[in-house]
Amino acid sequence: MSEPLLELRDVTIRFGGLTAISAFNLHIGERELVGLIGPNGAGKTTAFNLITGVYQPTDGAINFGGRTTLGQRPHHLAKRGIARTFQNIRLFGSMSVFDNVRTAVQVHRSHGIRDALVRMGGFRRGEADVEKQVMELLEIFSLHTQRDENAKSLPYGDQRRLEIVRALATKPKLLLLDEPAAGMNPTEKVELMKLIRFVQEKFGLAVLLVEHDMKVVMGICERIAVLDYGQKIGEGTPAEIQKNPKVIAAYLGQEVEHA
Amino acid sequence: MMHTGAKRSLLTAILIAIVVSLFSAHFNRYYRDVAIDVAINIILAVSLNLINGHTGQFSLGHAGFMAVGGYIAAKITLVFGVAAATWAQPFIFLGALVIGGIVAALAGLAVGVPSLRLRGDYLAIVTLGFGEIIRVIFQTSETFGAATGLVAIPKWTTLGWGFGIAAITVYVVGCLVNSTYGRGFLAVHDDEIAAGAMGINPVRYKVTAFVTGAFFAGVAGGLYAHHKTTLSPSGFDFMKSIDIVVMVILGGMGNTAGVIAAAVILTAVQEPLRALGPLRMVVFALLIIVLMMLRPQGLFSFGKKKGANA
Repeated sequence: MSEPLLELRDVTIRFGGLTAISAFNLHIGERELVGLIGPNGAGKTTAFNLITGVYQPTDGAINFGGRTTLGQRPHHLAKRGIARTFQNIRLFGSMSVFDNVRTAVQVHRSHGIRDALVRMGGFRRGEADVEKQVMELLEIFSLHTQRDENAKSLPYGDQRRLEIVRALATKPKLLLLDEPAAGMNPTEKVELMKLIRFVQEKFGLAVLLVEHDMKVVMGICERIAVLDYGQKIGEGTPAEIQKNPKVIAAYLGQEVEHA
Repeated sequence: MMHTGAKRSLLTAILIAIVVSLFSAHFNRYYRDVAIDVAINIILAVSLNLINGHTGQFSLGHAGFMAVGGYIAAKITLVFGVAAATWAQPFIFLGALVIGGIVAALAGLAVGVPSLRLRGDYLAIVTLGFGEIIRVIFQTSETFGAATGLVAIPKWTTLGWGFGIAAITVYVVGCLVNSTYGRGFLAVHDDEIAAGAMGINPVRYKVTAFVTGAFFAGVAGGLYAHHKTTLSPSGFDFMKSIDIVVMVILGGMGNTAGVIAAAVILTAVQEPLRALGPLRMVVFALLIIVLMMLRPQGLFSFGKKKGANA
């Protein structure tokens, strides 16, 4: 196997006396769909925050595309191709659907303050190009009819989709989805699974999915890693994970060790 | 897109300001002076709106930046301008305003970089402290006239200068915000963490807003100095900052047109209230309380989508 796209080696993070994640190893290859599961408080979102640069690990190494991500802030890593959605939707509430996506397109543009103020032809062409990019994306996800609506006024499921569109607008190589199925009904969950597969194939992405809903995770992930109390207690295909006694214990609370 | 003709509007506005200014000798002096106050307050309110409204960083230091620009500009004209030939005076004035603005922007940078990691109330307190420090510095500095301040500053601020620069301020803030680049300010305002994850450097945007806002506050200070012809440190106290903040809140945070309207109205309303003497501030405060209770979203936000504002 060639070099993985994302590689976490013995990553540990401590908040004061609390070790939130300890000696965590994970690798994700190009175009791979990996799930990360675990009971509440297992450290899944912390892992996301480590990968996206919100937190810096206390120990260990994180490489993305063969280079370290240590010391880099989230906006650097967004530029390098890591995009994410949030567990509790974080759309830009004062902006329209269009502007939410537009903001994310800026990451790969060189247009800045000077262009915005001088407003010569280059600026106008640039803005037209942005509009085209945004509309193409919105059309793929059939959100284009709501382009001028306030992002927060969309139905819940559309907000989740818009967050994914916004993340895709940064042209990522790796997409991190933090509990995208939260609050969805079974029909919506089926739609979501289709959507995630579609996005992964269409944009050629690697996806790391944190999810509580086992049906969703088992249904689409090629490989699953399980965290419990900050430790990786299992990794494998969905079928392997379902049979793993440690995983079952973590979820159902069986006392395997003291039995 | 709202600003396709932005450059043309800017030039037209400046031209009108200059032409009107040529006839200003015929206007009633009192109304002319109030009109210049209005122009200065528009500059202050629109530039503060970039920081407090669009970018969502609560600054209470605008009077401080205004003081920096005012004192620096006044000092420059007092040293170089008074003896200069008549034809050279506008150039010296322009230079003084720009340098005053730049020094204020540098002050903005000096305050902004360390303190923009703070949020909300904490940033407000730091900027408030900064404003007071600036005031005390000018109050104790002999070069700047200590507690007496600077006097006999030439009265160079005309309607043309005032509204011309107000037009430039509106143009700059409007164009900055209404571009793909500028959506970053609103993104930082809405959600810093999400903005970072989308590749926006929140610190960079905040500092840009702070420095740009401080620059125009400094220029407004220069205009103010050459309008009132005297400067004293007490004119730049905490209450001055509050006045500007009130204009921004009343106009509707992030709503440029509303903030301009609020600047006009609040400046004009102060004048008839002067007849009430000390009761003026009480009435003024009551007015604001009532307005805030009736229209907490700002006077001029007419239920339109916040995202579509200028």
